[in-house]
Order: sequence, then structure tokens, then C-alpha cells
Amino acid sequence: MSEKFDCIVVGAGPAGISCAYELAKGGANVLLLERGEYPGSKNVMGGVLYRKMMEDIIPEFYKEAPLERPVVEQRFMMMDKESAVTFGYKGMEWSKEPYNNFTVLRAKFDQWFADKAVEQGAVLVNETVVLECIVENGKVVGVRTDRPNGDVYADVVVLADGVNSLLAQSLGFHKEYKPDEVALATMEVLKLDKKIIEDRFNLEENQGCTIELFGDATKGILGTGFLYTNKDSLSIGVGTLLSGLIKHKIKPYELLEYVKNHPMIRPYIQGSEPQEYLAHLIPEGGFKSMGKIVGDGVIVIGDASQLVNAIHREGSNLAMTSGRMAAETILLAKEAGDFSESMLDLYRTRLMSGFVGQDMQKYKDATHHFDKFPHYFDEYIPMLNKAASQMFTVDGSSKWDKQKKIWKDIGSGKDKMKLARDMYRAWKVIK
Amino acid sequence: MSEQKKGQSIEEKQYLVRFNADTKSHLHVKDPDICMTSCPDKICTIFCPAEIYKWEDIRMHVGYEGCHECGSCRIGCPHQNIKWEYPKGGHGIVFRLG
Repeated sequence: MSEKFDCIVVGAGPAGISCAYELAKGGANVLLLERGEYPGSKNVMGGVLYRKMMEDIIPEFYKEAPLERPVVEQRFMMMDKESAVTFGYKGMEWSKEPYNNFTVLRAKFDQWFADKAVEQGAVLVNETVVLECIVENGKVVGVRTDRPNGDVYADVVVLADGVNSLLAQSLGFHKEYKPDEVALATMEVLKLDKKIIEDRFNLEENQGCTIELFGDATKGILGTGFLYTNKDSLSIGVGTLLSGLIKHKIKPYELLEYVKNHPMIRPYIQGSEPQEYLAHLIPEGGFKSMGKIVGDGVIVIGDASQLVNAIHREGSNLAMTSGRMAAETILLAKEAGDFSESMLDLYRTRLMSGFVGQDMQKYKDATHHFDKFPHYFDEYIPMLNKAASQMFTVDGSSKWDKQKKIWKDIGSGKDKMKLARDMYRAWKVIK
Repeated sequence: MSEQKKGQSIEEKQYLVRFNADTKSHLHVKDPDICMTSCPDKICTIFCPAEIYKWEDIRMHVGYEGCHECGSCRIGCPHQNIKWEYPKGGHGIVFRLG
């Protein structure tokens, strides 16, 4: 492999495949390297794929892609130990084209998506680890792989090597992450009869439901759980900041079991058969943890550049958009014959002025804020559950008395002030 | 309830996963003395999602064959004492679904 390409994309996830697809479509000679046996074999996601950003790349992909279910209902459960306050939205506009989002199983979806990039002309090589970027005179000119004679050269190298991005780190683009900048998520795929899923989740055929779990699902540690419906399986998982697991000395798979056995969750998954267990890190440091994403001859996209909106459980859509924008920039650079940092920086400015950058900035303080003040999860969610229980329990006391009691249970005047202040602060970091 | 018990221990969970293990480890404890003398919690044995780190009286056993390649140990080791690489191309964990 001593060939030279216009571009080498490292990593066949949503970001890398999007980038390779757009580059090949634009006429560039592109090599897509994947370390796994096939694209998707190393990739993990709770399972929500957003239609819009995928359609920006392949219009009407949902007519042929291996999707699980279009999501018609999104629920949010604020959980206490034996109760939950739930709210959500279900709308039939999401049940038909063009849809809003879909549940997917990544090993299947990513293979299909990578095949599409190959159809456009990208060269996909699996089972290849990139050990380092080849740097000459401060410019990235290629990659060194773990194959014999494995140096490959290109005008631009795109790093889409995921959350760990050892490559971006070795270029000095970002420091090693700290345990409060990443969330460790574990999940299981549980096989369950299609008809049972539809009955339990109040769905018709080809309709899906997502449930996000807050509060007791993570035993009060900052994080969330989720339960998503696939065609004939459920995806259930829980993710918390790695620092939270360390501080509370909790084993992640025991937390997952705790969620599975929670009285609010158990009935949904009863009788299901575990098919696969998966663990993965999610970059949750947000805007402030983003390092350098452009250099001479190199661009960083997707999880490798920390593009995750933790508050809205969005990541793959940001990844796809970053991949597409990187490709657009590289095609312009190719035309200009200029692959310098100042030329490629167009990617960064476009990314940061679009929805990706705007959302990253909007939530730049969110993770740190909720991490710093754990009582949102371990005090206020139980308080909300208790209030709902009191209000809706008919026991002969008047609703006025109940309201008085709820108000009194919040605590002293000082506690009420603290609550008001915390609500205002929470509003401020997400507004 | 018997069905609910399936897949509950980490051993049972790991049994659900396909691995194509390399013959040599991609994970290395840099300085074994640090685990022994400076790390009373041995927190990697707790947070590793595949429980591949096991303390055996005087040494850390690293069962790299069952690694999910998540990176938690590299980031979470309080002494930055873990050298972490990717397994050789095509090796390591092979997810079939999620």
C-alpha cells in the first residue's frame, strides 16, 4: 500500500462514512480505513438515528436502509426507587414520511451505510488499525497502519477514530480526557417477540417508542438510562460519567441490572432474552472539552472531536454533519490545491456557525453544572415523585391540605430559596 | 422469574459477546508496583464494564480477551498506569447488533 489518495478517512462510523461518501460522490479518490472486521463491529449507540442529517447525505435512505422502527413516541421518566413521573409526546406525524428519527442497530446500519460509500467509489479496507499519522514538516501527509508495508499517503487525513481518538491526541490536538469528560455506557439488546413489544409499548406495526430514564436509573449519579424498541428486540442501557462510577464505586453492569430490575422497567422487558452486551464511552465534556479540530493536512470529525449533545442524546447526527462538512471543505481544498490549516479551517468555521456549533455552545456548561450539583438527581426527582404521589393519592384530606403539605415538605424557607435558585440555574445552563 | 435471571452476572453478559482475541494483549499495566503499593481502591476492578481487571493477591490480572475497547481504564486509572492500544486490525470485540 504505497498508493496516494486524495483523502484517507480513519474510522467507519457515522462521521467517517458520511465524509467518505460525500468525498467519493464529489469525485475524490478516498480510502476509508476500519479497524474492525466490518464497519459497525466496534460501534455502539443507544440506537436513535436522526432522519434529517442522514437525509442530507442520502435522500430517502429510509426506503432501503436496515432500520428498526420509526420513533412515534418519546417518553421521559423521572424515577424514584418505586415510582416514576412520566411525560412524553406521541405524534402520528412521526409515523409517516419523512419521519423524525429511527431506532437502529449499529452493526447492521453501519455496514449498509459503508456499502453505500463504496458504491460511490470509496475504497473500504477493514481490519486495519492506524497506528499513527505520518507527519512531514508539521503537515500530516498520510497514515501508518498495522499492515505490512502499511504506510499510505494522502493530501488530507480525516480522523474519525471515535471517542478515544488516540490519533488526534498524539498530534497534540487534545489532552487525555478526564473521568468527568466521558460517560461510560453499558447496554443490552434483549430479544422479544414483535407482537409483545407492540402491545407493551402501545405501538402499531412499524412504530417505535423511546423512553429516557432519569434519577434512580443511575442511583442519583449524573447520567441517564434508556429503553428503546427495535423490530423484535429492545435496547436497554445506562450511562453515567466515569467519574461518578469511580466516586460511588459502582460496577457499570450492576447498575444496568439495577435498571433492568427496577419496578418501573421490569414489566417492559419481562420474558426477553439477552442477545448482546455492549460497553462504550461517550464524549460528554461538551464544547469546553473540544480540542483543535483542524491542522495542516488533517481534520477531526465526530466523537473524535467531542461532538455530542448530551442533554438531547444527540451524537450520530452531529457526527454525520461534521463528516459532510469536512468533505465539502476538502473538495474545495482539492480544487484550490491547498490543504493547509488555513484553507481547511473553513470546515471549523462552517461547523461552528451551523447547528452543531450552536448547540455545543448552548449546552457548554450543562454537564459540568449537573455534575457539580448532584441534588437535581438525588433530591429533586424524588421530591417530584413524592409530590405527585401525595397529590394523586385520594385519602380524605383536601387538595389544599395536600398542597400545604407538599410545600412544607420542601423544607425551610432557606431550602425553598435553594430550590428556586437551583431551578433558575438549571434553566440558565440549558436556555 | 427464571428468565429474568439470564444475563445478569458479568460472566453471563460476556458470554453473549463475540471476541476474536489476538494472541497478545493490547493492554499493559505500566508499573505493577503502583497497583501493589499506591492504589488501595484498585478502582479499575470496579468500573471496567467487562471486569477484565482482577486483583490476584500481588498482581493485576488483565483478561484482555474480553475487552470492549471502551477506553475507561486508560482514562479512569488514578495513576495513569495503563498503556492502552487497539488490538491488531480485525481482532478484539466484534459487535453483531447494537
